[in-house]
Amino acid sequence: MSKKDIIICRCEDINLEELHHLMEQGFTSIEDLKRQLRIGMGPCQGATCLPIVQRELAIFLKKPLEEIPLPTVRPLTLGVPLKAIAKGAKNE
Amino acid sequence: MNKRILIIGAGVTGCSIAYNLAKKGVKNITVIDKSFLTSGATGRCGAGVRQQWQTKANCIMAKHSIEFFEHAKETLGYDGDIEFKQEGYLILACTKEEDEQFAKNVVLQNSLGIPTKKLTPDEALKIVPHLNKNSFISATYCQTDGHLNPFKMTDAYYQAAKRLGAVFHFFEEVKSIRHENNQYTVLTTKGSYDADILINAAGGYSREIGLMVGLDIPVYAEKHEILVTEPIAKMQSPMVMSFAKNLYCQQVPHGSFLMGRTTPKQPKGHDIDSTHEFLDEMAKTIDDILPKIGELRVIRQWAGSYNMSPDKQPIICESPELKDFYMACGFSGHGFMFAPMTGLLISEMILNEPLTLETEMLHINRFKHQTTHEVEKSVV
Repeated sequence: MSKKDIIICRCEDINLEELHHLMEQGFTSIEDLKRQLRIGMGPCQGATCLPIVQRELAIFLKKPLEEIPLPTVRPLTLGVPLKAIAKGAKNE
Repeated sequence: MNKRILIIGAGVTGCSIAYNLAKKGVKNITVIDKSFLTSGATGRCGAGVRQQWQTKANCIMAKHSIEFFEHAKETLGYDGDIEFKQEGYLILACTKEEDEQFAKNVVLQNSLGIPTKKLTPDEALKIVPHLNKNSFISATYCQTDGHLNPFKMTDAYYQAAKRLGAVFHFFEEVKSIRHENNQYTVLTTKGSYDADILINAAGGYSREIGLMVGLDIPVYAEKHEILVTEPIAKMQSPMVMSFAKNLYCQQVPHGSFLMGRTTPKQPKGHDIDSTHEFLDEMAKTIDDILPKIGELRVIRQWAGSYNMSPDKQPIICESPELKDFYMACGFSGHGFMFAPMTGLLISEMILNEPLTLETEMLHINRFKHQTTHEVEKSVV
């Protein structure tokens, strides 16, 4: 299977070839890769891509998985319409 | 030049300074950052670039910088897309005072060659049809303002500076600085560097770097929060901004909307945690001014530090007290959009070249000799 056909991030449509290309250029932390590819910043908040990217980096850097730090977990857990938030805030 | 130059901070400012010096043939340039590329304010900013300011210094800095962005991809030889779009900033006047002040701002901006126009509400609605007509009384619009991807722009500077020989060290924090016999010795978490010229481009931490060499730079870090929505098909061209109602909101080329506002009475400091208070206030503001955008889902919020100066204009100069110590700080939330000029001016100062701009109004001495200041009020 071609690396181009292996999807890493479904929110931003990033494939394994793009990921490996950047790792070979020296972007070898999730924080760096996130800013180049938008991985982990889409509606699923990294639920799909981050464990995959972490594993790919561990293989590439020949390090144990736990030595590849994950980025900050940010709110919100699920997407919420701004109107619903505004309504809630006005009723408080 | 054979002098060793050390730049503290690999945000857009530090990378632009490194690139400008390297392009002029300076060989010995090192950039140190406590974390990764764009980890500080640059990578957290709202990604807008504008020329509509109230002070002359900010207008000129911005205009020259926009002219650089227009050709940045070719100038820097960057393979990627810096996502520059010039679809304007629409700034809403929501009070009578703002309406009168903006008329003056337009005169100033036009006199400097910035093509801003004053618009009636109907003219503004033609540009952004989903604006709440009752939420503002007039607007100003400058077509050549716009958007630029902060990660990609900084990467473009970084890659170009590296190709020209600049050396970058990441995940290395400056802990102390010694100054003896016209030489700076910088101790970091990983080692020690000797330099002849030191440049403080540390963004939110500029004050702390100043204190390490005994300088009291009148700047401080202040948290500003921001959020992003799900991406949708294009529906809004310009950035919509209001100072009185405290909002900026732009649809970026990726499709998502970025929006932010200032939290009143934010304490000074390096806290950059997200708050639900910001989320509530942001949602209410959008519901007032851009109700249709309120239908979008928020997917993420974060925050970053503005490095605030007393007049909300940058400090770009050599220290009058400490030879060969340069500072590029106090951008008050606008370091990203001024970075091309910042890098150019610092490189001209270091190499004793004629300056592209009159920089007296950017010098730190303005806070010593003047009792009143022209304060930039066009800030969210």
